[in-house]
Amino acid sequence: MHVRDLAGEAVAGVLARPLRSALTTLGTVLGITTLVVTLGVAATAGNQIVGRFDELVATAITVEVPGTTTGPPLVSWDAVERVTRLRGVESAAAVADAAEGTNLSVRSNDLVDPTRVTTQSLTVLAATPGLPEAARGRMTQGRFYDDGHVRRGDRVAVLGDEAARMLGVTRLDRAPAIFIGKHAYTVIGILGDLRRERDLRTAVVVPPTAGRQFGLRDVTRVLVNTSLGAAGLIAGQAPSALSPGNGDLLQVISPPSPTRARDGAQDDVNALFLILGLVSLVVGAVGIANVTLVTVMERVQEIGLRRSLGAARRHIAAQFLLESTLIGLTGGVIGAALGVVAVVAVSAVKQWTPLLDVRLAVAAPVAGALVGLLAGLYPALRAARMEPVDALR
Amino acid sequence: MPEEPVIELRDVCKRFPAQPPVRALHEISLRVDRGDYLAIVGPSGSGKSTLLNVLGLLDRPTSGSYLLDGTETTTLRDGARTRLRGDRIGFVFQSFHLLPHRSVVENVMLAEVYGARKRRGRRERALAALERVGLGHRAGFLPGRLSGGERQRAAIARALLGAPSLLLCDEPTGNLDSRNTEAVLDLFAELREQGLTIVVITHEQEVSERAGRRVRITDGVLVEE
Repeated sequence: MHVRDLAGEAVAGVLARPLRSALTTLGTVLGITTLVVTLGVAATAGNQIVGRFDELVATAITVEVPGTTTGPPLVSWDAVERVTRLRGVESAAAVADAAEGTNLSVRSNDLVDPTRVTTQSLTVLAATPGLPEAARGRMTQGRFYDDGHVRRGDRVAVLGDEAARMLGVTRLDRAPAIFIGKHAYTVIGILGDLRRERDLRTAVVVPPTAGRQFGLRDVTRVLVNTSLGAAGLIAGQAPSALSPGNGDLLQVISPPSPTRARDGAQDDVNALFLILGLVSLVVGAVGIANVTLVTVMERVQEIGLRRSLGAARRHIAAQFLLESTLIGLTGGVIGAALGVVAVVAVSAVKQWTPLLDVRLAVAAPVAGALVGLLAGLYPALRAARMEPVDALR
Repeated sequence: MPEEPVIELRDVCKRFPAQPPVRALHEISLRVDRGDYLAIVGPSGSGKSTLLNVLGLLDRPTSGSYLLDGTETTTLRDGARTRLRGDRIGFVFQSFHLLPHRSVVENVMLAEVYGARKRRGRRERALAALERVGLGHRAGFLPGRLSGGERQRAAIARALLGAPSLLLCDEPTGNLDSRNTEAVLDLFAELREQGLTIVVITHEQEVSERAGRRVRITDGVLVEE
């Protein structure tokens, strides 16, 4: 029997009952669509998640400076300059947020209003002028203090946006003042949109020279942002730059390696939905097997006729196998197409960049065909085993 | 030297395992020569169908020997019997067995799908076979749009396509009215004149009368009339 004859007979067999064949493909379509959507969306979303990780976490380094009881501090305030000069560092700031600065009473005026809580308990910390960049925030109002303020020891303060709201500071054009304890400070800016060190939102930030009044003498933390991929290198170099000779006493908190973050994010999503897709495929296979079996029973006379025309058992088996494989393949092609469209649609809605492995688009129809082939095994065997005498009766 | 017969049965028996065993064919000997037109008649349950199945290589006899075109078939393996069946025997069934979704010419072409002949020219050969049975003008029709007689003629064209040595017909007019029966029988007479060997199994008087030779089977025993 010529291969083209076999293919022709199988195609004709599938097309003889178009509606039934179409319905039979549904299970496979669902299964393959689920698989493609799962893998496609997981890859796309995984890429997005990792993208954010890369931007925020993977470039953020924090150096913790332990306090000393005797001798000079481990890290001096001007040491930040040396870190900033390292290649790969984009911004850095030194912060003093010792216990002395927490829960200080802060109020925005001296009036005693019994109906309102005017005194807030806020954290005060001292920081170098690079803080907005280092905390990846921006000034929502006003400005941050600069080196001049620090050198002169100006009594200025910058509020986190949440702290400003709690204190009732909404505008800066009249240079409002706040009282920390008994000392008055001019508010020159409000810091918001923080993407790192979010607890700064409820803090009051003052220059290092002003912080001494609250016991904020020594640097306790240094925030460093690196360019992408430089975190590992900088994590090794920063301690020596900050505290030559005592670098090993500093504790560096550096981001996890980005590849591991990627794997973790994708594995979770994939496992669950993959199982779902595989289950749908199995259901689809059972559907194909069922319908092909029914078709075999309906076409007993056709099988008998073919046997009388000289068809061997293997010809009969091959035809039914090919028919179910074609149905599976059709389901796979439709499923893969629907899946790709769905992934693109989801990406469009979420404004993601769709990410789809080409191998997936090719493998999906093959998987569908395989499902059809497996599902057709038993019906084809039944058809081939039929005795022509019985089939023609 | 006499010509080799198309069919030669010697002491063919067929028993079906049951309690007690059913004796469907009993020591049947039959010789059909090339160009014979033989009718096998008998009441239902007489063993007609069993004999047809044996003759058509669809079933094996329990004992005895069956030579088709001089080939001993009872010792052949399944595959060889299938090939021989496809090459040498054209079947005509009572219920036509045309595939409803394929056109008449495609149904006829089906006869060559399992053979060794080249694909090239198959449609032309099928059209020629349809012309031979006077159905050339219906080639593109679906079987459902043909009359019973036309359907049977299409089935005969399919049986003729492989140029078989034997046309084996099982109640070919069983589903036809008298006018269509007449047309099919005329066609058989015509084919026989062209030298085809025809064996018809029937219980209809009209059909058997047209045959050149008649044998009767009763309770598995064959008697020449």
